[in-house]
Amino acid sequence: MYDSGKIITGLVIFLAIFTYPLWSNMGKAAPVPKPELPPKSVATQCVADTNYMRTSHMTLLNVWRDDVVRMGDRVYVSPNGKAYNMSLTNTCLECHSDKVKFCDQCHNYLAVAPFCWDCHQVPKPKEKK
Amino acid sequence: MGVDRRKFLKLAGVSAALGLGGATGFQLLRPGALDAAERMPTPYQMVFPKEQGNAEVSPNPKRLKGRRWGMVIDMRKLTPAKARAAIEACDYYHNVPQIPGKQNIKWIWTAPYVNVFPETENPWADPEIKNAQFIVMCNHCNNPPCVRVCPTKATFQREDGIVMMDMHRCIGCRFCMAGCPYGSRSFNFRDPRPFIKKEYLDYPTRTRGVVEKCTFCSERLAVGKLPYCSEASGGAMVFGDVDDAGSELRQLLRKRYSIRRKPNLGTDPQVYYLV
Repeated sequence: MYDSGKIITGLVIFLAIFTYPLWSNMGKAAPVPKPELPPKSVATQCVADTNYMRTSHMTLLNVWRDDVVRMGDRVYVSPNGKAYNMSLTNTCLECHSDKVKFCDQCHNYLAVAPFCWDCHQVPKPKEKK
Repeated sequence: MGVDRRKFLKLAGVSAALGLGGATGFQLLRPGALDAAERMPTPYQMVFPKEQGNAEVSPNPKRLKGRRWGMVIDMRKLTPAKARAAIEACDYYHNVPQIPGKQNIKWIWTAPYVNVFPETENPWADPEIKNAQFIVMCNHCNNPPCVRVCPTKATFQREDGIVMMDMHRCIGCRFCMAGCPYGSRSFNFRDPRPFIKKEYLDYPTRTRGVVEKCTFCSERLAVGKLPYCSEASGGAMVFGDVDDAGSELRQLLRKRYSIRRKPNLGTDPQVYYLV
């Protein structure tokens, strides 16, 4: 094999650079996000069961969106019988009032950037009295 | 080596028999047998697994009900101050940005007679009418050209006649702007947020790359309130059901002579001007 020294050195350098993100981050797992739930005094239950909301809130939001904008249905009665006004800013963020401590926790951890907030307003976090 | 007639007929016969055994055959021999299996679940059945029970959605019971919404603008009552109040109310409550120049966003604005009614040019018309500033907005046409040209159905006509925008679906192609003969639609060439003087937090803003326009305050009708402009205009802009012969709007249209913008285009606009 011609120039084996150069080729092997080159390969070793290439592999070292290529795998740099892997070994440089070894053992430094990002902390698991802890979204802050609204205090019990504000709400004790969400519009659906927690596990469902954790995995599929985006599906629910999409269905809500179509119902409100296209069908004109604005009142949602959850499986346990409570009625809600279907609105991201005015209902979801009414309880989950701090977007940074709730939504962004998992979204940043998973590196997803939903574009809800390009249009929908984020209420300013309520000052504690 | 070709296929001879005998082989071809055999093949054709076998294919026909196989075709009958498929879905077409089922429909032919047992109509309706496949329908039950193909019925789509409702969105909430898809959203929630069965054991969680059913969620239900419904319109707000307090909403205003109408078969065909429309508006009458009384030019005798509409003073410049009232027009300004109506425009300011709309701009504030809908977060309409104020961008100088050609990229401006318009929901409701004023224009002179010659631009609003271009085919009815008449040099000797009543100067009070000719020099008046007419208030203009989306006409919520019965036959809306913008809806016909929209490739994504982002703009659509509701059952009550309102021509709605679904900003989530708009891809910003601007066909609707080319289709609208009234210039009622505006495109967001840039992020509108820096141009909103004072944000109204209960209503969303728009984003770069979508088209927007007047929605007849569908969010207000849904909770049983009249549009902002109608409320702020001090009776000069009357909102109501065109289909209801007893409505205030229809009484006004019976009593006074009204004109509409560019009726010859066949769009059947639902904003009427009493002159």
